[in-house]
Amino acid sequence: MATLTAPTPRTALPGVLRHRATRKLVTLAALAAVLVPLAHTHWAGGTWPQALTVDLSGPLGGASDWIIDNRDSHPLFLYFFGHVSNAVVVSVRVVYLFLLAAGWAGVTALGAAVAWRVAGARLALGTAAALLVCGLLGMWVPTMQTLALMVVAVLASVAVGALLGLAAGLSDRMDRALRPVLDTMQVLPAFAYLLPVVLVFGIGVPAAVLATVIYAAPPMARLTALGLRGADKEVLEAVDSLGATARQRLLTARVPLARKELLLGVNQTIMMALSMAVIASVIGAGGLGDRVYQALASVDVGAALAAGIPIVLLAVVLDRVTGAAGERLGQDQHGPRPWLHAAAAAAATVVVALAARLAGRLDWPTGWTVGIAGPVNRAVDWMTAHLYSGVPYVGGTADWAGRFTTWVLDPVRSGLQWLPWWSVLLIVAALAWLIGTWRTALTAVLAMAAIGVLGVWKPSLDTLSQVLAAVAVTLVLGFAIGIAAARSDRVERLLRPVLDVFQTMPQFVYLIPVVALFGVGRAPAVAAAVVYALPAVVRITAQGLRQVDPAALESARSLGATSGQQLRQVQLPLARPALLLAVNQGVVLVLAVVIIGGLVGGGALGYDVVFGLAQGDLATGLVAGAAIVCLGLMLDRVTQPTRRRAKKGA
Amino acid sequence: MRRRTTLTAAVAVLALTTGCGAADMTKQASPFANARGARTVTLSVQSWVGSLANVAVAQYLLEHELGYRVDLVQIDEVPAWDALSQGRVDAILEDWGHPEQEQLYVEDKKTIARGGGLGVTGHIGWFVPTYFAEQHPDIKDWKNLNKYADRFRTAESGGKGQLMDGSPAYLTHDKALVKNLNLNYQVVFAGSEAAQITQIKQFAKEKKPFLTYWYTPQWLSAKVPMTEVELPPYKEGCDADAAKVACAYPHTPLQKYLNADFAESGGEAADFLKKFRWTTEDQNEVSLMIADQKLTPAEAAKKWVDGHESTWRAWLS
Repeated sequence: MATLTAPTPRTALPGVLRHRATRKLVTLAALAAVLVPLAHTHWAGGTWPQALTVDLSGPLGGASDWIIDNRDSHPLFLYFFGHVSNAVVVSVRVVYLFLLAAGWAGVTALGAAVAWRVAGARLALGTAAALLVCGLLGMWVPTMQTLALMVVAVLASVAVGALLGLAAGLSDRMDRALRPVLDTMQVLPAFAYLLPVVLVFGIGVPAAVLATVIYAAPPMARLTALGLRGADKEVLEAVDSLGATARQRLLTARVPLARKELLLGVNQTIMMALSMAVIASVIGAGGLGDRVYQALASVDVGAALAAGIPIVLLAVVLDRVTGAAGERLGQDQHGPRPWLHAAAAAAATVVVALAARLAGRLDWPTGWTVGIAGPVNRAVDWMTAHLYSGVPYVGGTADWAGRFTTWVLDPVRSGLQWLPWWSVLLIVAALAWLIGTWRTALTAVLAMAAIGVLGVWKPSLDTLSQVLAAVAVTLVLGFAIGIAAARSDRVERLLRPVLDVFQTMPQFVYLIPVVALFGVGRAPAVAAAVVYALPAVVRITAQGLRQVDPAALESARSLGATSGQQLRQVQLPLARPALLLAVNQGVVLVLAVVIIGGLVGGGALGYDVVFGLAQGDLATGLVAGAAIVCLGLMLDRVTQPTRRRAKKGA
Repeated sequence: MRRRTTLTAAVAVLALTTGCGAADMTKQASPFANARGARTVTLSVQSWVGSLANVAVAQYLLEHELGYRVDLVQIDEVPAWDALSQGRVDAILEDWGHPEQEQLYVEDKKTIARGGGLGVTGHIGWFVPTYFAEQHPDIKDWKNLNKYADRFRTAESGGKGQLMDGSPAYLTHDKALVKNLNLNYQVVFAGSEAAQITQIKQFAKEKKPFLTYWYTPQWLSAKVPMTEVELPPYKEGCDADAAKVACAYPHTPLQKYLNADFAESGGEAADFLKKFRWTTEDQNEVSLMIADQKLTPAEAAKKWVDGHESTWRAWLS
């Protein structure tokens, strides 16, 4: 609650700002003095007034029925969506058949060859090893299915994103029109995309690919636009003075100058597509995500992990390879004949693939698998059996969960739901305006009001209470770990792989351990959210602290400041922008897991979305999804001090 | 001028590649199906293990006796009906009754055909662990539930007793039941069956009392013995109005459904799936091997198939 009822400016703010903050608050107070009595007399009571809601269940139910009735006859479906869907099916199939035809040896060789050419020998070895581990875990075919889906989805996302980015990069009007849309899409949780797409395309690969494209294209668009707009003015002028046409200017100067951003965009797109490919298993995407999801049904953490590890490996390999490719771009050290190396790599790949084919070893050999499910399950059982309850002095995890629910979640929830609706809007306005501009404040208030209009005020505040609690825990832990990582290289080196794993591990994998430790309810939902959001917060904090000007630190040290004083009085204040960004990212990421929380008893909006998906109930699912989006917008605006630059999941 | 030619060319290419005509996406199969020219059957698996057991045995026999390749798709029940109607899935082997979908797809649109009974009878109800029911035998009558409400209290249920519900995919009237029977209970939705089972196991490990929405046949009942709480008896039509339900859940003979085209022209596979029929004990045997002994579905199916040749021979004739 403290975070909500303390909109007073902090004393650390400089005088001018404090003055401005007071002015904003006074304006807001004046506005409230006029509007609140008006609202109060018309619609008294704590919760959102019934008179101001719009019931969408009728029209949404009608739309859903219409689609089911017309899917196989209406021209819109026959001549547009049908072709889109068909194109997806055909292209995924082509890639899949190619991967199968190359065989496991061929695919491994191909992966290594590509990694060698773009990122160097070490990463080539890593790529080959990662692919072989996928096979060893008995996951070769699902890995290929996921890979096929990913290839198509990433290519489509990059194409769509680059086109949008090109438009936004070249035209100011397009930029203004696209920016709010892309901003909004960045705070949308992945699950929110699934329901509308499923409605049109039905369960299956086309829906999964399209949901992935919608999810993964925005970062590409943003970074493309950023790269094109950031091009060096002098270079452009020089090109102009040489008499280049607009197209020449674009192709020979602007695009090459933006290469770094473009590659970063591809990298972001790949990472987001991979995380979506797992979530899309809920709508029948097949592949690795499906294996994880099936293992969940038999409460088999080991089997879920066996399918989760390939996802983590794919993510880490793709991230490192595209990252290294981006770094190498500037240096251009391909030796005298780059094409010779490329040809050698290609030839080696073909030879390996043909050899495996002739040896009749196209499929992964059945004997070459390692079962990790058994030992993993025993370890998880042991852990949960010993930690769940009855640990001396500190109590078991179940006791913590109970206390956390009774002492933190319940009071925050009942407090939020007790607040009159207009005061919630007022608090949102005050926070957003203090930290941003009147525009962001207006967006935040409108988003919050939209929740009320949709008629899901109460569950939304329930979800909000969970989000606030999870963000608080994430920030406390994240700042502590981030500070430790920033102060010691060894800690950072140790943390890096752990953070990688937690960031890319599909959330489905840790649902069962979370329930086994914290029981069913809101506490495990909060725990799952913390696990998911922590890596980004730790990273941003550590990075921010490390980038503090060494000169400032040096002067503090020469003045005899202890290391604690250095941290408190120099590093933390100077890293303030990074810390604020960490808060913002923490909020957005926690919200992204709300729906996963619905799977472990979090209830409220998350459960409603899951319910909508499971029952094909558009009215419940879409409305709850929209409410989550509004919550995300509101929280983003409230925690976003200046124009945000970082990408989702940075 | 040049731009226009480019545009025309682009449209022409698009038209050629997409095949000009209509594309009915309700007739498009999965890109992973039929790889390398094998005959493929796609079966829908639901999120509970009993359904996985049906599918595992059907898959094993289709692959080893009839030479099909079997793809599995895991989706919830209502979306599965939709996928079945579109032909993305060829068969659902265990359906717990969806009158609305049955009317729409089987009667009106005729895109789904009935595949006969599975031979297993399903039942939903409220259960308490047997160790608790033995200490307090009167819990078996719903009228005494309020007496024990404080024994079932958790942090999530506030001051009331906790009635734990599972996956949102399952049919439940529990909120209405609690209200209409004036019970001092709070329905807590676990959100997924995995979460519900994990929680039940944790409770059972500590011999704590709990009240849960549960169903039979379910493999967990063999590990954590549970006793049903008798609700007011089920009468035909007493669950017609979802808000006014005040009676128990019915006993449902589980049904199979096939995509209509597949049922007609699915050859041996369709015939086999229509004849597939076993007992609750058979299903539980396989479920338990999968969920408890952690055999893979294929291993469990092989074990069952090896021991029950007379049962499955009849499905192939």
